[in-house]
Amino acid sequence: MEYVGHVLVFVAIYVILAVSLDLLAGHTGMLSVAPAAFYGLGAYTSALLTVEAGASFLVALLAGMIVAGVLSLAVSLPSLRLVDEYFVIATFALQIVLFSLFNNWVSLTGGPMGIPGIPPPAIFGIRVTSRAGFLVMASLCAGLAYTVVWRLSTGPFGRALHAIREDEVFAKAAGKDTVRLKITAFAISVALAAMAGSLYAHYISYIDPSSFTVMESILIISMVILGGAGSLWGPLIGAIALVTLPEALRFLGLPSSVAANLRQVVYGALLLLVMLLRPRGLVGKYAFGQ
Amino acid sequence: MGISHSRTLRCEKLNKCFDGVTALQAFTLALPRCGIVAIIGPNGAGKTTLLNVVTGFLRPDSGLCLLDDRDITRAPPHRIVRMGLARTFQDLRLIRLISVLENVMLARPNQRGDKLWAALTRTGVRNEERRNQQNAMRLLDFVGLAGKAEEPAGELSYGEQKLLTLACCLATEARILLLDEPIAGVHPELARQILGLLENLRDSGKLIVFIEHDLAAVREIADRVIVMDEGRIIADGSPSDVLNRPEIMEAYVA
Repeated sequence: MEYVGHVLVFVAIYVILAVSLDLLAGHTGMLSVAPAAFYGLGAYTSALLTVEAGASFLVALLAGMIVAGVLSLAVSLPSLRLVDEYFVIATFALQIVLFSLFNNWVSLTGGPMGIPGIPPPAIFGIRVTSRAGFLVMASLCAGLAYTVVWRLSTGPFGRALHAIREDEVFAKAAGKDTVRLKITAFAISVALAAMAGSLYAHYISYIDPSSFTVMESILIISMVILGGAGSLWGPLIGAIALVTLPEALRFLGLPSSVAANLRQVVYGALLLLVMLLRPRGLVGKYAFGQ
Repeated sequence: MGISHSRTLRCEKLNKCFDGVTALQAFTLALPRCGIVAIIGPNGAGKTTLLNVVTGFLRPDSGLCLLDDRDITRAPPHRIVRMGLARTFQDLRLIRLISVLENVMLARPNQRGDKLWAALTRTGVRNEERRNQQNAMRLLDFVGLAGKAEEPAGELSYGEQKLLTLACCLATEARILLLDEPIAGVHPELARQILGLLENLRDSGKLIVFIEHDLAAVREIADRVIVMDEGRIIADGSPSDVLNRPEIMEAYVA
């Protein structure tokens, strides 16, 4: 049971990451390749504030979200007026820069040694130390992220985001302030990713840069594409599938050296199959690049 | 020049160059408050560039655009729409995946639901959506697409999509509509219907400015014809005057 609970906590964390990226990439059509950088930013901000400054968990969590949202402006303000390709490149650069900071600013982040001893979350004096307690909290956060993305991707706001994705010129002619909408979608998306980072840090109690690499970003993007970008359930299904699948492979009884490689092979094959057979993902309505 | 406050849209000495090719040359124009104004001229005369500059999609190299004496030269497109100047595009621009109705609803002005906080809390958004839906249905009824409200916009015929772009333009509640070739490539019967709609809109007090190659249509509905060539106005007057001048027609046909 402990093990299942552990996997479920990770499912909740990755659901947050996948649905938050989907708001941006699936619904607004802005592909960010830096979800892991903001995930890491949330984790490091929250860890440093609690470990070094003794801040409470909720303050640290919110601070992580705000720092991520503010940093998103540094990318979105200069790059959103330009064409979409620049946004991809700008987020890629940010991913590289943030990872380098986590890895090399040793005096602050501990470098490759990471930050140990991150306290478990305490909310209004109640310490969440049991796995069940943490699972409840992570699930509530995932529910919150899902609700935020659902509300922003349906109704008039979602209609405006979808218009930007399909034809930004038309959206402008229809009177939409597309720059403001894109900045907003990006800031909300990365704040949610930072929330996932904070949960992760306080759950595992130790973070190091290896959790926030480009590969991690690609894993999150894969979840969105596999499940179906721009759909309500797609990223949820993608996150569940890509978190539980490697765990299932564990039980095949393969030697660990084979299992680790097999996992990569299965990922690759799965993505390839989805791209070939269902370019819109398992339940999606929208294919990238169409 | 006349009295300035009787004018709605004015362009003053607009210049625009693309890599050495002049699209607008000291272009100066003042339009009346309502009526139907046709802009004609050979390909490359600068007609669409004029539309793009006036609606904020292109920045002129120099010169001014004024709407009710307010400078809109550097305003972004969405602000110009809100100030009452809407447009359609020559290449049909629509959101093809969503329904005809939703395309029109998208263009409704000042939506509370466009704001982050209202979208998250959904306060007042449902009522606003209902109002916008009713309004959009009225507009679809006006252009004759009410029966296809629920269809994806991409499934409409070419002519119907032109009607839909007109409905979207009206949904913005703009007083001035700039239409880029509203009947080009449309079945003659539908073209008649569109021209009728434009006359209706003029009678309700709107200013319609449209770019058109079909001179019969221009002769039929325009109150004023502006002929452009090489980024300038070479003739400006009533259809009967301008379209009967042989030297103008020569320049146009050549």
